[in-house]
Amino acid sequence: MSVSVRVPTILRTYTKDAAEVTAEGETVQEVLADLDANYPGIRARVVDDSGKIRRFVNVYVGDEDVRFAQGLDTPTVSGTQISIIPAVAGGC
Amino acid sequence: MSLPPLVEPADELTVDEVRRYSRHLIIPDVGMAGQKRLKNAKVLVVGAGGLGSPALLYLAAAGVGTLGIIDFDVVDESNLQRQVIHGQSDVGKPKAESARESIEEINPYVKVILHKERLDSDNALEIFSGYDLILDGTDNFATRYLVNDACVLLNKPYVWGSIYRFDGQVSVFWNEYGPQYRDLYPEPPPPGMVPSCAEGGVLGVLCASIGSVMVNEAIKLITGIGEPLVGRLLIFDALEMSWKTVKVRKDPEGEPITELIDYEAFCGAVSEEAQEAAAGSTITATELKEMMDRGEDFYLVDVREKNEYEIVNIPGSVLIPKGEFLNGEAFAKLPQDKRVVLHCKSGGRSAEALAALKGAGFSDAVHVGGGVLAWIKQVDPSLPEY
Repeated sequence: MSVSVRVPTILRTYTKDAAEVTAEGETVQEVLADLDANYPGIRARVVDDSGKIRRFVNVYVGDEDVRFAQGLDTPTVSGTQISIIPAVAGGC
Repeated sequence: MSLPPLVEPADELTVDEVRRYSRHLIIPDVGMAGQKRLKNAKVLVVGAGGLGSPALLYLAAAGVGTLGIIDFDVVDESNLQRQVIHGQSDVGKPKAESARESIEEINPYVKVILHKERLDSDNALEIFSGYDLILDGTDNFATRYLVNDACVLLNKPYVWGSIYRFDGQVSVFWNEYGPQYRDLYPEPPPPGMVPSCAEGGVLGVLCASIGSVMVNEAIKLITGIGEPLVGRLLIFDALEMSWKTVKVRKDPEGEPITELIDYEAFCGAVSEEAQEAAAGSTITATELKEMMDRGEDFYLVDVREKNEYEIVNIPGSVLIPKGEFLNGEAFAKLPQDKRVVLHCKSGGRSAEALAALKGAGFSDAVHVGGGVLAWIKQVDPSLPEY
């Protein structure tokens, strides 16, 4: 199933500056794996060595944080937008 | 979700004030009552920089009666591309003073209180306690978590915004009515992973886009109108020109905040020299364990303080606190014929010590990324975390 993924500025070095890319997968886990196949290294910026979503990154399916759904097993319905939102502290 | 007004109305508006605020007064939702609430409101702005500049200007123009400014920095020419509260003639002047002068020019009825010290765990609660609402536009994670935790402890609303290049985020954290910052991001990223505006740049006008939304939220909270951004994160993309909101919820696994901590240590802030020294000379805790298991001959040094070493330590490590690396005393205690491996709590201090050590000629030295906390996570989860 094809979904669109919003890539934050700080991860666009992996996607050749693309802000939005498409990926395949029935769950967030599969989408991230597919993303990593096309843009190697990007998954590790979202998921840690133990396979959990990093605590300073949030992944949304639509407007829902997957931490409050089924985590990486959250289903990704065709056409939904997945957003990766990392913590950014800039203000000055 | 609408919320009750944060501030009680002032007794009255003067004739001059009625004239000045007439465009507010004729909005039914604001009216005399709302403007009197603004007059009685005390808002603290942390940082008179990119976000603080437009925020202070609009809070002042709107008639917020008392504005506090925390900033210990001075105006630099590189600030003027976006920090519109300061001007060319302010270069070299303390930002807090420069900001006060601009505010007095915009609205002489505003009382300005300057806090020219660095906000830290010792002064945050005392400073914050004099205000109704805190608006934060600083540029580092340590201050963000400090401001959040102090707001949670004092039960004050925290209007939060952050910017990077063309991206902005805004939310209102208020533990009484919704989530707080740690519910959104429980932990800061490791140092070096997320660049600041100083490293990555920021579109100047983005400060106005995000700063004005922050003021909009502050006014709504003070006067009790509309739907505040409590429980929502507003995300702005200036290139695509899109605003979207996502939900923020209370983290069921969140630890209660009971006191202020050492935020520099929590966020692992490290210097550029340390980052440079650590680049290519960082091993993981797992790699350290493998080196031990292979029986490699190296010298493991814990650069934390004695009391921390007593809480938990890595077997075989020798304690030489970081200070001794910075003043040079440590070098005579180290073997010349063995590789030196440094570690601390989370990797920040050992990176600093590593920079000093490499400067003293120990070129093959390395440090353990993530420190003893990573050792506990990756190698020996039975040990206590602190």
